[in-house]
Amino acid sequence: MWKYLLKLTSFKNFYQFSGKLLPWLGVITFILFVVGLYWSLVIAPIDYQQKDSYRILYVHVPAAWMSLFVYIVMATSGAIHLIWKTKLSEVIANNCAPIGAVFTFLALVTGAIWGQPTWGTWWVWDARLTSELILLFLYIGYMSLHSAIEDRASAARAAAILAIVGLVNIPIIHYSVDWWFTLHQSASISVSKGSSMHPSMYWPLFVMATAFKFYFATVLLMRTRNDILERDQNANWVQEQEKSL
Amino acid sequence: MINNSLHAFTSIVRRDLKLAMRNRSEWTNPLFFFFLACSLFPLGIGPGRDTLELIAPGIIWVTALLAAMLSLESIFRSDFEDGNLEQLMLSPHPFTILVYAKVLVHWLVTGIPLMLLSPLLGLILHMPADGILLLMFSLLLGTPVLSLIGSIGAALTVGLKRGGMLLSLLILPLYIPILIFGTGAVDVGLGGLDASGHFLLMGAILIMALTLAPLAAAAALRVSI
Repeated sequence: MWKYLLKLTSFKNFYQFSGKLLPWLGVITFILFVVGLYWSLVIAPIDYQQKDSYRILYVHVPAAWMSLFVYIVMATSGAIHLIWKTKLSEVIANNCAPIGAVFTFLALVTGAIWGQPTWGTWWVWDARLTSELILLFLYIGYMSLHSAIEDRASAARAAAILAIVGLVNIPIIHYSVDWWFTLHQSASISVSKGSSMHPSMYWPLFVMATAFKFYFATVLLMRTRNDILERDQNANWVQEQEKSL
Repeated sequence: MINNSLHAFTSIVRRDLKLAMRNRSEWTNPLFFFFLACSLFPLGIGPGRDTLELIAPGIIWVTALLAAMLSLESIFRSDFEDGNLEQLMLSPHPFTILVYAKVLVHWLVTGIPLMLLSPLLGLILHMPADGILLLMFSLLLGTPVLSLIGSIGAALTVGLKRGGMLLSLLILPLYIPILIFGTGAVDVGLGGLDASGHFLLMGAILIMALTLAPLAAAAALRVSI
């Protein structure tokens, strides 16, 4: 098993394996989005207080979840790269950053659009909004550090260290702004307490969150495959691939 | 071996302090910046006593943070350029301990003077006396964290030609917790409540930074060189 996994981390094997996986991921993502969007935007009941405007949460909440999840994936694969020096984890960590930044941005924008009718303002200096904004800055810092260092290997290692430092800091930042000031409602769904949402609203959210996860996996694989081809462009297997096209 | 490493630590501290004393502008410039930036606020906002009193802790903390950040480049820059850093890395002593020495000197020549200068700024911004004491204590706990976390950013960008802007982009988000608790302590204290909770949290952050930051900075320096 371990040997098989290690084999997968070589660029060539990963490229071929992910090529087989990608169409499936794409189809699942598409189906989940169609089902999830229809369910959440049409079937799910109207909120008695917020009317239809609450439906943006079906994009907002998964995006916010993903913004943190992608950071964890990025920092973990960065750490794997630092420890075992595997090439694949380096590529994955680097390609997580722009995707995660876009999720964070999406969460902030949808939050602002929802906040205007509900709270009566586009932006408040609230704990969650602030920590999400800081998360966006962490992503931007990661990407600019990576692009500022010319040597690819040291850029990846430096960026990985920054990602790990950020990961240690995220809980501290989160709690510090949490105690500082808060307007955002507390989480409706938690692992320990279960969900306080009605099932008719919870299940479409679950489908959307899964759709976002699969979307992330699909885009990450596509970006990673691109990067692999670019890095290994002089290798035999890439040349052969090119000829067969 | 431990004794030897301790000796290396103290000799780096002594050497860097001597260098700082000979090159005064390196540590006086952040202080002038601190003073100047603080005195810009009354000019921009207006000299109203009530407003200034209200925002003084925030102004002093933010400008102290910026002054500390602007001086971060000096931690490793000159040693990196003349090759000293490489020699330190080749030495048999744990590199993290040598990084500790560098960070300690940075705190001694920027953090402590910033803290000592803060009462004067509190005075011209009309802070009450007990608020000034709280401010000094919060800076005493906070400035070492600024140096410690900042050393990671300085280590990551030391190899870059124009790393200054990037350094602030990397470091400022990480400074936010200590800023929140630092100004929070003063505000809570001035409001007549017990500020010890904030100070305890700052102490916790300081201990965490003290144990983890030099490790990260040393790893980052190994990448940068």
